[in-house]
This record gives sequence, structure tokens and C-alpha cells, in this order.
Amino acid sequence: MKFLPLVLANLGRHKRRTILTITSVALALFLFASLQTVVTTIAAGANFGSAHRLVSTHATGIVFPLPIAYANRFQAVPGVQGVTWANWFGGRYGDGKRFFATFAIDPKSYLEIYPEMVVPADQKEAFIRERTAALVGKHLMETFGWKIGQNVTLQGTIFPGDWTFTIRGVYVPTDPQIGDDVLMFHHDYMEERLNRPGIAGWYVLKIDSPDHAATIAKRIDEQFKNSSSPTKTGTEQAFNASFATMWGNVSLLMGTIGLAVVFAILLVTANAMMMGARERTREVAVLKTIGFGDRALFGIVMLEAGVIAITGAVIGLGGAKLLYKATHFSGGGFLPGFDVKPSTLVVGSVVAIGLMLASGLVPAVRAARLPVVTALRQVA
Amino acid sequence: MKIPFMYNARSALQRPVSTAFTAVGIALVVAVFIGMLALANGFRAALARTGSDNNALVLRRGADSELSSGIDRETANLVASSPHVALAADGRPLVSPEVYVLVPLVRLGGDSNAIGNVVVRGISEKAWDVRANVRVVEGRRPVSGRSEICAGTKIVGRYPHTAIGDQIRFAGRNWDVVCHFSAGGSAFESEIWGENEQFMPVFRGEAFQSISFRLKDAAAFEDAKRALEGDKRLQVDVHRESTFYVEQSRLLGNILQFLAIVITSIMAVGAIFGAVNTMYAAVAGRTPEIAVLLTLGFHPRSVLASFLVESALIAAIGGLLGCLLALPVNGFVASTTNWSSFSEIAFNFRVTPGLLLAGMIFAVVMGVLGGFFPARRAAKMPVVQALR
Repeated sequence: MKFLPLVLANLGRHKRRTILTITSVALALFLFASLQTVVTTIAAGANFGSAHRLVSTHATGIVFPLPIAYANRFQAVPGVQGVTWANWFGGRYGDGKRFFATFAIDPKSYLEIYPEMVVPADQKEAFIRERTAALVGKHLMETFGWKIGQNVTLQGTIFPGDWTFTIRGVYVPTDPQIGDDVLMFHHDYMEERLNRPGIAGWYVLKIDSPDHAATIAKRIDEQFKNSSSPTKTGTEQAFNASFATMWGNVSLLMGTIGLAVVFAILLVTANAMMMGARERTREVAVLKTIGFGDRALFGIVMLEAGVIAITGAVIGLGGAKLLYKATHFSGGGFLPGFDVKPSTLVVGSVVAIGLMLASGLVPAVRAARLPVVTALRQVA
Repeated sequence: MKIPFMYNARSALQRPVSTAFTAVGIALVVAVFIGMLALANGFRAALARTGSDNNALVLRRGADSELSSGIDRETANLVASSPHVALAADGRPLVSPEVYVLVPLVRLGGDSNAIGNVVVRGISEKAWDVRANVRVVEGRRPVSGRSEICAGTKIVGRYPHTAIGDQIRFAGRNWDVVCHFSAGGSAFESEIWGENEQFMPVFRGEAFQSISFRLKDAAAFEDAKRALEGDKRLQVDVHRESTFYVEQSRLLGNILQFLAIVITSIMAVGAIFGAVNTMYAAVAGRTPEIAVLLTLGFHPRSVLASFLVESALIAAIGGLLGCLLALPVNGFVASTTNWSSFSEIAFNFRVTPGLLLAGMIFAVVMGVLGGFFPARRAAKMPVVQALR
């Protein structure tokens, strides 16, 4: 470390080159962190799910509704402690440019089964009491600048017509995977407007113990197997995991691009390091003449590469972390909980160290092995 | 007077490692640029080819996708008898009232959670004629009244039991696969088709989701739209099929294109910095040479041009390499969910000549931008000092 001033002085000599190289490293690691976070966010979505919750959908597919009458029959299954249901409501707000999800839910039971959705007690009560009330995620409120007590009108795309709701509550999710870009309203109000078709898109069941998940799911599916609406029941995690796979090859694609970015920048940095070393051949010879050991010279060049890589990494990785945190980026609602994970920061740092080794090694070995006499003669 | 091109070519080769590193860096940027735009292009092309200008698509009023629509038989009959519908040779209208549902199927080569929401489309017999781009490539069309289906070519091989003669199971029943169809690379190829009357009872009951028909006169689409939407007995929206499917590609297409541009511009900045470093080193290493050139009477402008050419040359080599790297992805099948319709769609990466050209131009621009300041320094070099 006693050589640090010398290393810094070396870096300061070609200020432009040093800054450009550090910036490239920072940009590369910023991109790497961003792409990696897409992958980890999708993966986190797939892993999300309480072990105490099961999801039951129509066996033929999520687009087919189940009868509302199933609620009581689920409740009667041993081990089931709570039942709630919800329906996807295709709604357009305003010009429809800013999409957000809308669910019709059974208010009381839904909030009981999802304690992760935190609503102030008075708002919760107001939401449950009023048939046309809506509960809105915090981020969605901020996006449109909505206020509590305000009316919002959606155009139904699946259930036609204008639907007006009064915002009575705002929820804040304690788990980022829940997402706060959602508007929820009373399922019963939807039923009423549609002349009571008696449908629920999916059911969420609270069970007594995760150990019973498989048996309870099997029991439910057996029970409805021969009815006109057979069910497919599984853990909430499995349900979310199947959603995550719908991204198809996207994860693979992001990973590949991340690698290409890192490799491209490795070339830029290695090139800059080699140029720096080549220009200083004579200096290295002088340093050796005045008594610097081979090992010390090796260390000095590596340290130089390290300062560049680590400064770049701190700017790039830290920048990504802070930027996404500050802007509440969520990929337009498709990637809730978009946040650079500590594991990504660790991997990014490892990449930076790898970058230092790969770009510094050749010049460092060359400096250490430089034959003094030839080097001095050659340049002089 | 111009400095000969060979001077630059040889100079670049004097520093093979440095030149190669810079060129490969640029190559990677160009490869990612082409690859990502090929993805966005492929996705857009798949949906753009789905619809035809000659066809109209009828949905329930306010529905934004086929999935959210619903149309009763009465409406289907009224639309079929409209004078705007073209007639087939046998005198029957070229119209296909269709059942459209999504069925979760487990993909081949994934775990049991790896599902795709595959479009299952129940068609009328006339659909094969209404959709001019659809062709049965193997087997025979499903026979009316039987549990038979035809699988799109992009379904085959990605999902189990899709070979002809196999039985595929969904909606609690087994369906015989009797043919495979292609549809000119469009989104239809990611669908499974069967008879609408077979699908109706097993899925959503007595309702269609959409009606496709051939326009009698493609130019008179607006008239047809006005007539049908104005009909008091109908509650429908009429879309030109081509614009409807293009609209469905907008959301994801824009996301993909946005990603391509953001990622490649950030990468490009890094690559330009690489070129700047390389060229500065080149200029610094050749100070006496440049001074000699200036002494010989080459105009500073020629020196500037010469170094720009050198930088552009390195970048062009990189661009070429990038194009070669990106070419193999052409035709590669990617699949994802089109969130506008919630259905899975498989499509080919499309590397077009235009895209390759754009990649080359992009490379040269990076080279020229990266070479400009170093080249200017070379041109402004004070001759006497440099020689000394």
C-alpha cells in the first residue's frame, strides 16, 4: 500500500485515459447490474409466495372462471383456514397509455389472507364498508396524483361499460413482490353489475401448515375432478413460478447480453492498461535500477489496474443501486420490486476483480520480467 | 493532397493487439445491437404478418383483445350476411366466427412449471380461405364434427404430443393432431386450430370471441366498419385485421426496441472510449512520423482525415466482425408472452440486410467519434517540437 501515491501519480499522468477507462468500467458494471436485476427480479417473482397459501384455478386455464359457490366447499376442506377469491378486471384508465392491473376482490377475506398489504385501520374499514370503494397501491396513487375520496372511472375491456370507484384506501406492501401498482375493488359490486354470473377468477386458500399443502391440494382437485369446472390447486409459489416462465427466453437473453457487455469492457480496460505499461517501459527500467524489486513492480501495475476497476465498480454498481431505488423503477409494473440485490453487487464486484486481474496481469508480468539493460538501451 | 490509405492500414497492423482489442470491443457492441433489434424486428414482423389488409376483425364493443371479447351466434349470423363480406366460389360468405382461448401447456424441456399460454382457436371451415397466408404443410385439415386439431409449425417440437397421429390433451379431452400448418412466419404459427363447434361446448359455452371475414372490397373497409358499427342490433367494433395485430405488438415491440437502444448506447459509449484511448496512443506513438508528414507538405486537414480513416477502418473491421457474430442468430426461435394478449408467441430473430447495414454504419460512427479528438491533436501538432 505504500506504493499507492506512486500508483495514483501514474494514473494522474494520463488523466483523460484514466477517466475514460474508469467511466467505461462504471458503465459496463451499471449495465451488468441492471440486466442481472431483471433476471433476479423475475426469479424473485417466481420464488415469491407464502408457504401458508394455496392458489386454485380452473384446470383448463387461468382464463376460465370457477363458480363462486366453490368458496364454501373449499372452506369445508380440513386444514383450510381461510378462503378468498379475486377476478382479473381488464380496465382502461384515461387514454390507456399507462397500464395497471385491476382486481375485483372479496375485501374482508382478501386483506386477511394477505397481511403483507398494509392499510390503515380507518381506511380499511371505509373500503370494506362501501360497495363502490377502491383500494389503490401507493405507487399507483402517486403516479396519477390521486387523492383519497376521489372518484376514478375505468372502461371495462372484458366487462364493458364505465366503472366508477371511490378511492377509500391506500395500501403499502411489506413485500415488494406484491406490487403497489394495482387497483382493487369489491368483487360483489362486479357481480351485481353483471347480473350475478357467480364467477371467481381464482381462489386463494390459507392453510394450517405448509406440510399439508400437497395433501390439501390433491384433495381439492379430486373433489372437483368430475365436475364441469375442475380445479388445479398448488402452492402460491408454484403459481407465481409458472407466471415467471411466461417470460420465456428473456432471462437467458439478458444474461447473454450481460456477458457480452462485460467482455467488451474487459477489452477496453486491458487495452488501456497495456498502453499505459508500454509507454512506461523506460520508467520501469529506471525503477528497477534504483532498487525496486520485481515483485514490487508487479504489485504496482496490478494496483493500478485495481484502482481503475474498483473505482469503476463503485460508481457503476452503486449508481445502479441508487438510481433504481430513487426512481422506483418497476418496468411499467411488470417487474415489481425491481431492486439491485446484494448478491448482484457481490457478483459485480467479483467481475471487477476479475477485470483487474485480466487487464493487469500481462502488463504486470511484463514489468516484473523486464530486463533492465535492454529496456534502457532500447528506448534511449 | 491525400495521405495514401495503405499508410493507415499498415499503421493499424503495426499495433495488432491494440487494434484487435478495439475492433473486438466494437464488434461486440454491434453484435448486441443487431441481435436485440433482430429480436424486436422478429416479434413485430410476426404480428404484422398475422393480419391481412383484406380482412376485417369483429370484436365486442370496447374489447381490446380477442381474449376479452365475446360475440353471440345472432351477431355472427348478422355479420355473415353483411353485403361487405366477400363470397367464396361456392357462393357462401368468407367468414369465420372464432372461439379464442388460452390453454396452459407444459413446454418440452422445462420443469412442470414451465408453461406457455397457447392460443387455441376454434375456426369455421372457411377460415382456411379467409386467412390467405395459412397453409397446411403436412397432414389433412380437421374434419368437421371430430375432435381433431391442426398445430402451428412453431408449436410442433416445442410442446409434447404435437406430431401428426399423436393425441394432445387439454380442456379435459384428447385431441387428435391431424395436420401442421404454416402461416408465413406470423403469430398464427404459435396457435392450435380446431373446429369452433367442437371447442365451444368444452370452453366457454355458446359464444364466439371474434369474427374474421374477407372484405368484398379492401378499399371499402371504412364503409364496412361504419355499416356494422352503426347497426343497432350489433354491439361491435370492427378493426382492419392488419392494424389490429400490429397494435397488439406495440407494447412489447416498443419495450424490446427501447431496451435495444438503451443497452447498445451505453455499450457504445464504452466502445468509443476504447477507440479514443487507442487512437490517442497511436497519435502519441507516431509523433515524429506525423511531424515528417507535415514537413513533407501534407496539409493538416489531410492528417486529420488520415487518422479519422484509420479509426473508422478499425471500427469497420469491428463492425464486420460484429455482423458475422450476429448472423447466426437469424432464424433462432425465441418465445415470450405477448402481454397485450397474454398469449405465448414464438418468433424468429430476423437479421435483415438493412439491419446489418445499420450495424456497419453504427460501427463507423463509433470509430469516427472515437477518432476525432486524437486526429485533431495530430493535425494541430507543432512540427518543430514534434521533430525534436
